[in-house]
Amino acid sequence: MDFDFIYNNIPMYIEAGKLTVRIALWGIAGAVIVGFICSLIRYYKIPVLQRIVGAYIELSRNTPLLIQLFFLYFGLPKLGIMLSSEACAIVGLIFLGGSYMSEAFRSGLEAVANIQFESGLSLGFTKFQVIRYIVLPQAITISIPAFLANIIFLIKETSVFSAVALADLMYVAKDLIGLYYKTDEALLMLVTAYAIILLPITLIFTFVERKLRYAGFGD
Amino acid sequence: MQDLGISVLFEGKNFIRLLQGLWVTIEISLISVVISIVLGILLGMIMNNKNPLIKITTKVYLEFIRIMPQLVLLFIVYFGMTKAFAINLSGEMSAIIVFSLWGTAEMGDLVRGALISIPKHQYESGRAIGLTTLQTYLYVIIPQTVRRLVPQAINLVTRMIKTTSLIVLIGVVEVVKVGQQIIEASRLTVPSAPLWIYGVIFFLYFIVCYPISRLAAKLEKAWES
Repeated sequence: MDFDFIYNNIPMYIEAGKLTVRIALWGIAGAVIVGFICSLIRYYKIPVLQRIVGAYIELSRNTPLLIQLFFLYFGLPKLGIMLSSEACAIVGLIFLGGSYMSEAFRSGLEAVANIQFESGLSLGFTKFQVIRYIVLPQAITISIPAFLANIIFLIKETSVFSAVALADLMYVAKDLIGLYYKTDEALLMLVTAYAIILLPITLIFTFVERKLRYAGFGD
Repeated sequence: MQDLGISVLFEGKNFIRLLQGLWVTIEISLISVVISIVLGILLGMIMNNKNPLIKITTKVYLEFIRIMPQLVLLFIVYFGMTKAFAINLSGEMSAIIVFSLWGTAEMGDLVRGALISIPKHQYESGRAIGLTTLQTYLYVIIPQTVRRLVPQAINLVTRMIKTTSLIVLIGVVEVVKVGQQIIEASRLTVPSAPLWIYGVIFFLYFIVCYPISRLAAKLEKAWES
């Protein structure tokens, strides 16, 4: 192990790590919004939109992110749509994450018994109030474990962004291996960097999930 | 000449070559899936063991594998292990090793979850009527867990196929690599080739994964109890 080498290259990893986190945050935020809207569309069975959303979800869940990225990055410019690699990465992550998030929210919505909705209506709540005050709070609680798992999944998926020329952690590691043949050092730093990003998140999420298990509703 | 771009697919053996590339992907995922299912079932049963040492070892293995992106694991095996042990692993071999390790962890966790979901009285009743531990598992526990497990295991297959797309990044010649070769070869004659080739690869993956995930969803619904 060449510790000087490791020490000298830490700033590169920090930069790359920041980029990874930034893109993951944008992508996840977008995915949550897309997923939330899609799940509501599917839950309320809005005629035409429901079909479109259903097709989108199947398409995005059954194809790998890498291929989606290649299509965005290399394919779309031929149609005149030029995206920078960062934009590609974020759009790709939203496209992929949106469907996973949508499925998580939808399973939460469907787990709320119909009787809750009807009771709300009979108490004189408006439809919107029922959703806002009765259905959503319960649905969100139920879908949180799947939601958290999706966040970790999406952060891990960011590792393929080096394939569209984004200087993320994988890219830096591959660069160092190629330039200096310091394979062990580069890989050690790579693993450490991902552990630093993902380990705290995983631990916090495990804690949250455990807390949530006490929040059962009447059973 | 945008609308003629798709013709690149049918030039020579291009489409057949793409399908052959796709088969490399599927082959690697199927081999890894078989290994993962066998080892994963064992791991899942071991993880329910009360021995603290076994518990910690399996937990660390599971968490490490699951926390690291699969691409990082691929790099570790393909670049790191080969250098550290001075061995020569092909990209395919590294891929199979990594996906088996990853699949075993995922499958192990599924098996463990399924085993835990069986109420304790099932084990105790088994013992009470005089079955040995092996018999309890064989005749009482496993038949019940299989129903929960099969849909999830099938889902793992689609995840495996999707993740296998990463192997192009460690230099395995599979569907994306073949696509890139076709694009390079026709860069001057068919400038819009990337759009069509990547579009076709996108749908090839979809065509492979969609029926499998449908099957999983169907089984899940049918066996809901």
